[in-house]
Amino acid sequence: MLEVRHLHLAFDDLVLADDMSFTLKAGQTHVIIGPNGTGKSSLLKALFGDLAPQQGRIFFQDKEIDRKHLGEWRQHFGYMPQDIRLDVGLSVLEVVLLGQLDALSLKLGDSLLEEALGALNQIGLVHLANRDVRTLSGGQCQMVLFAQALMRQPKILMLDEPVSALDLHFQQVMLDHLDSQTKAKDWVSVMVLHDLNLAAQYADNLLVLKGGKLVAHGAPKDVLTPQLVKAVYGVKADVILDSAGVPFIRTQRNGHEAPLAAVV
Amino acid sequence: MIDSNIVHSALKAQRSYERRRFLIIALLASILVLSFVFDIATGPSMISVLDVTHALAHLFGFPVEVANTTQIIVSNLRLPMAVMAVVVGGSLGVGGAEMQTLLNNPMASPYTLGMAAASGFGAALMLYLGSLGLESNVAVPIGAFVCCMLSASLLFGLAMMRHITSGQLILAGIALLFLFQSLLSLVQFVSSPELSQQILFWLFGSLTKSSWSNVSITAGMITLCLIILIKDSWKLTALRLGEERAKSLGVDVTRLRLKTLVLVAIMTATVTSFVGIIGFIGIVAPNIARMLVGEDQRYFLPLSFLVGAFLLSSASVLSKVIVPGALFPIGIVTAIIGVPFFFWLIMSKRR
Repeated sequence: MLEVRHLHLAFDDLVLADDMSFTLKAGQTHVIIGPNGTGKSSLLKALFGDLAPQQGRIFFQDKEIDRKHLGEWRQHFGYMPQDIRLDVGLSVLEVVLLGQLDALSLKLGDSLLEEALGALNQIGLVHLANRDVRTLSGGQCQMVLFAQALMRQPKILMLDEPVSALDLHFQQVMLDHLDSQTKAKDWVSVMVLHDLNLAAQYADNLLVLKGGKLVAHGAPKDVLTPQLVKAVYGVKADVILDSAGVPFIRTQRNGHEAPLAAVV
Repeated sequence: MIDSNIVHSALKAQRSYERRRFLIIALLASILVLSFVFDIATGPSMISVLDVTHALAHLFGFPVEVANTTQIIVSNLRLPMAVMAVVVGGSLGVGGAEMQTLLNNPMASPYTLGMAAASGFGAALMLYLGSLGLESNVAVPIGAFVCCMLSASLLFGLAMMRHITSGQLILAGIALLFLFQSLLSLVQFVSSPELSQQILFWLFGSLTKSSWSNVSITAGMITLCLIILIKDSWKLTALRLGEERAKSLGVDVTRLRLKTLVLVAIMTATVTSFVGIIGFIGIVAPNIARMLVGEDQRYFLPLSFLVGAFLLSSASVLSKVIVPGALFPIGIVTAIIGVPFFFWLIMSKRR
């Protein structure tokens, strides 16, 4: 369980989190949504300890983050930042291996290599294992980095827009894998998504951010309403519940309010 | 679910890739041995390669008969120079490799950040001040070392700050480079023509001042730095994925950057204080190594050393044979021979 209490995070006069509190339960997938520039990535960085908040406390399993020994804190994390470029002369397998950085020695045993290959195999990428990462497409890079995060055997998995370059097939492969592993291994999974329909399908808990506030949170079917979409994005949309009770969001053509900045 | 056939063949492919890279390292090491032997053989009096091997064998205690003069020339004159060429070339190669890793930029080298320029200024200042009453072959290296470390410590200060990007570090280093170059020119400007000549000669870079004492100091320092670097090899590999990603893998980027910068500065300061400024190897050796084995530091780091060592060792041979009897400054030879070769390499690798 990852817990945030009274978090205040700001760059000069840009407030990204204003007295924000929430709890992220283990064994669940938590999806953060919200407009561009509202501080979703910064929030992940704060959880990871890479951004120091002005105020507030962060706990994992009742243990508070210790900024002097961030190494300890970060051991729990698999964190996949937004940037997916891989411009380095390494093979796919070597990049995945780096997920287990602390276990690597000058001579690599078969077991580590097999583990890395296993991680690749689970998401259907093992045929790329020996390729130079510079020859991969953006989406392939993203999948490789996902495998690297899995390789860390995290307790908390944070993914910042993990499907931004993926085709329909790999979106499903990644998110289904994430969903089943989160439940099987009791991870706290947190991801930032922009696609509200994906968010609705995969989130156990949806967190909606805007202007430094947590404007709504809870199960997607309770949170995702036309009123909320209008209030957060300034867009008119219809929300339809499918037979499984999962909301489906369909925006209306020309349904956005004139310049969003003016709305904020 | 695991497709064991594909996994098995990928594992085998990785092992054979490891073997291939190991072979490249072994190959470079043997070429280096060759150029090392030639380096000992060439000079004002040519010694045959056979005599060199005999003299070396004798030195290591094998019962081989060697002429007394040959033995003396080899062990007292040629060997320290030849060892120095290997150590200096190697550490310039490694220094460049780690700078490029640290700054995420294939154009970086210890020289890019003004470390060599600071050494040059320190040496020139010492010569100008008349060595402060010390022996000049003691005072000048000390001046160069101290100045190089002073300039580098400005960079250490920057590197310790959180959230400073590698781009900002490079800019600061380049500013230092210009500062120390100007200061060096200033010293030359106010010096007498004779002194200015001396300074210029120091700047050219030369292995002729190598003695067993400074070779052992250099080799000791470099070995120590290399061991520490190799221990961090996986972290350094991770750093090449980008700083944010390295952090996400648990690397303390600020600390690793500072540590590596200190080690590279010590290596560069030691090397330049004894042999002067030998540019180019720091940039070219890591680039060649990268083309050959990629950027897994377990291979990249040793190969950068070997390529750098080979480049300087063979440049040393050339500097002695271009005009028989005369010794060309090795710093000049390295660049003149190396640049066309490097151009060819860049062109042949274009996509």
